[in-house]
Amino acid sequence: MSDHVISTDVIVVGAGPVGLFAVFELGLLDMKCHLVDILDKPGGQCAELYPEKPIYDIPAIPACTGQELTDRLMDQIRPFDPTFHLHQMAEKLENVGSEEAPRWRLTTSTGTVLEAPVLVIAAGGGSFVPKKPPIKDIEPFEGKSVFYAVRRMEDFRRKRILIAGGGDSALDWTINLHPLATSLALVHRRDDFRAAPASVNDMRRLVADGKMDLHIAQIKGLKGHNGNLEAVTLHSKEKGEHDIECDTLLAFYGLTMKLGPVAEFGLNIHENLIPVDTEKFETNQKGIFAIGDINYYPGKLKLILSGFHEGALMAQQAFRYVFPDRKLRFQYTTSSTSLHDKLGVAG
Amino acid sequence: MHLLVRDQSGQVHELEAPEGWRVMEVIRDYGLPIKAECGGACACATCHVYVDDAWRDKLVAPSEEEIEMLDGAFEIDERSRLSCQILTREDLDGLLVTLAPGSEPA
Ligand SMILES: Cc1cc2nc3c(=O)[nH]c(=O)nc-3n(C[C@H](O)[C@H](O)[C@H](O)COP(=O)(O)OP(=O)(O)OC[C@H]3O[C@@H](n4cnc5c(N)ncnc54)[C@H](O)[C@@H]3O)c2cc1C
Ligand code: FES
Repeated sequence: MSDHVISTDVIVVGAGPVGLFAVFELGLLDMKCHLVDILDKPGGQCAELYPEKPIYDIPAIPACTGQELTDRLMDQIRPFDPTFHLHQMAEKLENVGSEEAPRWRLTTSTGTVLEAPVLVIAAGGGSFVPKKPPIKDIEPFEGKSVFYAVRRMEDFRRKRILIAGGGDSALDWTINLHPLATSLALVHRRDDFRAAPASVNDMRRLVADGKMDLHIAQIKGLKGHNGNLEAVTLHSKEKGEHDIECDTLLAFYGLTMKLGPVAEFGLNIHENLIPVDTEKFETNQKGIFAIGDINYYPGKLKLILSGFHEGALMAQQAFRYVFPDRKLRFQYTTSSTSLHDKLGVAG
Repeated sequence: MHLLVRDQSGQVHELEAPEGWRVMEVIRDYGLPIKAECGGACACATCHVYVDDAWRDKLVAPSEEEIEMLDGAFEIDERSRLSCQILTREDLDGLLVTLAPGSEPA
């Protein structure tokens, strides 16, 4: 097993703004980071929920959007060359060291194995996972005939597919899966689509050419046995309830945040948050820190700037685990030539 | 002013509401089960409510952004609104909303 283990100084779970800035603070103290995020891009809530909305309370930046903040943080941490493991869930954690000198081994959903003396949980509001429609008895179908993502297109060849949603994922998969599928239909609650106009046009052409169906309706229920889907019941104003025969449902209603596997990491958890001290932001486990929206302490505010502060203090204690024999030296980025070297800037 | 909020189990709660607040904020701060993941930015659709018929026409009509965002909610009908996009006003005293499926916290 250990032949493919990646060893590093610090593993960061969550590449939101707080995880990203932690890379900077850790980097100033010579610690290398590997980050894991289930999203396929860095930026957490800022990039996923409000890339185009302006933020006004980042110190010294009067206004920047969620995406701009992410881009700037990525720029700022570039000198420290962090490694990103995106589109994978941090799933399993074990201590392969001792209690006094822990060594955390983290395994992700795609089989990446990381080891480090320090683990930083910057999991924010939790991992971003697809929203599941509140349809009664949907569970037996999930993963068998009802899906919230496409992992392998080939799995959908010769299927009779119903796709639900009106955004880019729904429309992109409609267009991409259409040539493979035996039949394909799209269901959306209104005859207006948020998705990129070009893909909406492509979809409308397929409908006009009789190559797929479009239903303006909402899903009411599923029909089938043992997880095998036979039909989906739709409801629309015009037609009332009616069944659409299909063997596969792909539902794209956007993402939501769930605490997820972090709950099984052996940490104290209170109302989906991880309690920490306010000196080091360490959890009940030595060498595991929690910063940003995921942590709790008296007076906590879920603000980006609080998460930045927490990262700076966390890095001080992380240094002691990563370099137990080195003395920590406090320096300013303005005046320290050794920090200038690390940042790749002229003194 | 007060809001009336019917929770997922059917129980109606009377909530004191400061003026100019988002209905979502009143519901959340009272401790009723509402996810409201994006904190009122019209970016998550997890604050979906049904506005009682008697009140629907008294509300400011939903913005294009709210209508689009409702695509991420479930069991939508003509009473559907995102409660973070409704501001409390004196003349909405007694507004009755029902928490919709899919907006309960995880
Ligand atoms: C619409 C909106 C507007 C906001 N406006 C402001 C504002 O003006 N000012 C302000 O200060 N704050 C604002 N916030 C709050 C701010 O976005 C959060 O405080 C900030 O994003 C928290 O950063 P974070 O890095 O702690 O977590 P997040 O941004 O939530 O990132 C956490 C990341 O961890 C990942 N993750 C979690 N668990 C796992 C796992 N097990 N495996 C893999 N990945 C995992 C998630 O997928 C996610 O990408 C706003 C939030 C929203 C939604
Ligand atoms: S709280 Fe997110 S849309 Fe209302």
